[in-house]
Amino acid sequence: MNPSTVKLKVSVAPHIRSVDNISRIMYSVIAALMLPLVGAIYFYGWCALWLTLSGIVGAVLAELIVNLIQRKFTITDGSAIITGMLVAFNVPPGAPWWLPFAGSIFAILVAKAPFGGLGYNILNPALAGRAFLMASWPNFMTKGWLAPIRPAGSTVSGVATITTATPLGVAKLQPKLASMLNTPAALKAMFIGNVGGVVGETSALLILVAALPLMFKKYIDWRIPVFYIGTVFALTGILYELGVTPLSPFAHVLAGGLFLGAFFMATDMVTSPVTRKGKIIFAIGCGIITVAIRIWGGYPEGVSYSILLMNIVTPLIDRKVRPRRFGT
Amino acid sequence: MKKYIWDGIFKNNPVLVLMIGLCPTVAVSTTVQNALGMGVAVLFVLTMSNLTISLLRPMVPESIRIPIFIIVISTFVTITDYVMHAYAPAIHKNLGIFVPLIVVNCIILGRAEAFASKHTPLPAILDGIGSGIGFTLAILGMAIIRELLGSGKLAGHIVLGTKFAATPILFFSLPPGAFLAIAVLIALTRLRK
Repeated sequence: MNPSTVKLKVSVAPHIRSVDNISRIMYSVIAALMLPLVGAIYFYGWCALWLTLSGIVGAVLAELIVNLIQRKFTITDGSAIITGMLVAFNVPPGAPWWLPFAGSIFAILVAKAPFGGLGYNILNPALAGRAFLMASWPNFMTKGWLAPIRPAGSTVSGVATITTATPLGVAKLQPKLASMLNTPAALKAMFIGNVGGVVGETSALLILVAALPLMFKKYIDWRIPVFYIGTVFALTGILYELGVTPLSPFAHVLAGGLFLGAFFMATDMVTSPVTRKGKIIFAIGCGIITVAIRIWGGYPEGVSYSILLMNIVTPLIDRKVRPRRFGT
Repeated sequence: MKKYIWDGIFKNNPVLVLMIGLCPTVAVSTTVQNALGMGVAVLFVLTMSNLTISLLRPMVPESIRIPIFIIVISTFVTITDYVMHAYAPAIHKNLGIFVPLIVVNCIILGRAEAFASKHTPLPAILDGIGSGIGFTLAILGMAIIRELLGSGKLAGHIVLGTKFAATPILFFSLPPGAFLAIAVLIALTRLRK
């Protein structure tokens, strides 16, 4: 072999590089989130698309403002688009168009940029945006549930049209009707997503399908959703047997935003612990707080606040379960 | 002489630079009226207690100075409390417990300990006025942000249109909005340096 054609590159470590980078991961997540979005358009009509677009435009505009101030270019990494989509997934489908817009702006300008931008934020920006919307416009955030436009013979939408429209809202406000949610037909409707809820949360099936390739690529760690949902299932199972909650553990797992939160928000790389052990502690903590809010709290659903609270203790978890340094 | 006043407003602004007296600033800055009432109350107590403590300065034994300062301060707070109750009952009701709590306000005890007990009466009065105005401006700034965004009003008048006033950003009326507003003001203060 002619020595001049042999390409030997002399360089410092690292020698093995992964093809993954921030924008690749972010755009994969965006592609995955398209599936719940299509589901939301199918169940609730075009308003789901307009709300999502409004959230994305708000987040990207806010990111643009931050970029202009910092003279840094991060807008194409895709993280702002995810934040915008997730904020929009967290508002009821009947909400006014500017609601996800305002939430996304808060998410980027208050929860993300002042802490140093992507990689430094303490709280999940999308959930901080949701908490801001809940505090600012509780009326729009707790009303405006649309019954799915495709009933397909579900018993839940029958219950839903009475007053409150989400399964967990029924469980909280009309516990007598809640046993209807434990029937196989209702569970099937909740699994497919044929119930009332915020834009992106209702279909456990679509979220699961969307998350599987990401878990396979290790963009999201399987431990967080498995331990999170497992904790909720186990705790609500015990409490259901004790008669504390009218909903069966299956209904508790499938109702509300647990799947969306467990797969797409608790797994945010920035705001969840780094180590495997830390992730398990984080997920179990999320599960316990979710169940506590659902059963004893004032709100029907506790997924978003549980993840925000565990986001805050993430640095402490990371400090506690720090792995042994190699060689010591 | 002027320096004593300007220091209290800008260089040593009690809220935005020294970061003391944050409790009433966060709690009662919901409306412009409340903020003005609180600011004037603190301004009065601060000036009078600074003057009195400066006059008593030669007679106060070192070891029991704090109880004596507190008694002086609480005297003026009681006067303020009764006067406000009599002449501005609405604001007095809104401020509630935060008027009596001026007794333990860090700004007043801090100025007594750090300034009035070491200076002659005239600088002490000027320092009290300066710090009092500094506090009033800070809490007023908070109140303008919070009332404008949290209810679309300013001093009770709708300014951002009736449509906004019907669905304001409630967040700013709530405690987290106060923390955000004070963070923004402190950030702006540090930007100026």
